[in-house]
Amino acid sequence: MTFLWAFVIGGLLCVLAQLTLDLFSLTPAHVLVLFVVLGALFGGVGLYGKLVDFAGAGATVPLPGFGYTLVTGIGEAVKTKGVLGLLTGGLAAAAGGIKSAVLFGLAVALIFKPKT
Amino acid sequence: MAKVRKLSPEMKKYQNMAGRLRPGKPIVKNAVAAFFVGGLICSVGQGAQWFFMRHGMTPKEATSPTTVVMIGVGALLTGLGWYDRVVKVGGMGGSLPITGFSNAMVAPAMDSRTEGLVLGVGAKLFTVAGPVLTYGLAAAFVVGLLRYLITGVA
Repeated sequence: MTFLWAFVIGGLLCVLAQLTLDLFSLTPAHVLVLFVVLGALFGGVGLYGKLVDFAGAGATVPLPGFGYTLVTGIGEAVKTKGVLGLLTGGLAAAAGGIKSAVLFGLAVALIFKPKT
Repeated sequence: MAKVRKLSPEMKKYQNMAGRLRPGKPIVKNAVAAFFVGGLICSVGQGAQWFFMRHGMTPKEATSPTTVVMIGVGALLTGLGWYDRVVKVGGMGGSLPITGFSNAMVAPAMDSRTEGLVLGVGAKLFTVAGPVLTYGLAAAFVVGLLRYLITGVA
């Protein structure tokens, strides 16, 4: 069942992004930035967390899930470390993704040659 | 925002003509393609998450390794030149999932290898990731701070 909701919710988030791109004539980079910020906002008020519980990877794989991870990381870090958690929590929670993106990105960019 | 300028009659005539001839954006077709491509990628992600959960992780714990796997897959497919086709078909359905974020890091870095390892590959990895991280971190900080000020815990 989670697979179905992952497909539907993940697909709908992408439709929202596509409509934003087409209707407001933005570049994909603008849409990605917008959706990360939206993920942080909806994560902050607790709505995105509900979507994650419901749709699993359908909500965590699209980029708003990254904003949500940053905010929830801050929330947990503030509980254990106090105010300093506002600065350390976000990146700590997203560290696996960011570091692997840099490492994989660097490796692939060095190994493969661009096609055409 | 573009400034509104006074148009001469010829310019108006041209704009009318260009407006009529410009092909309309296939908005519905793009949205449908984004739905199926994005949904499919998220299902693959759910498959990875299911694998990690079968090995004893909670859904929350499984999110991070799932992200790592998806980023790796996105980077590899970009290197092979296949992910560009996914984005061509799916639009934001290919770009919004984390695999597309990975693609947006790798593709410019790979293309600018001739500019050197530092200012080419090193810098271009962050062409899209830079703004996403900057504004994502800023937004998360503001949201976290507001929650802290309002509730006492973030």
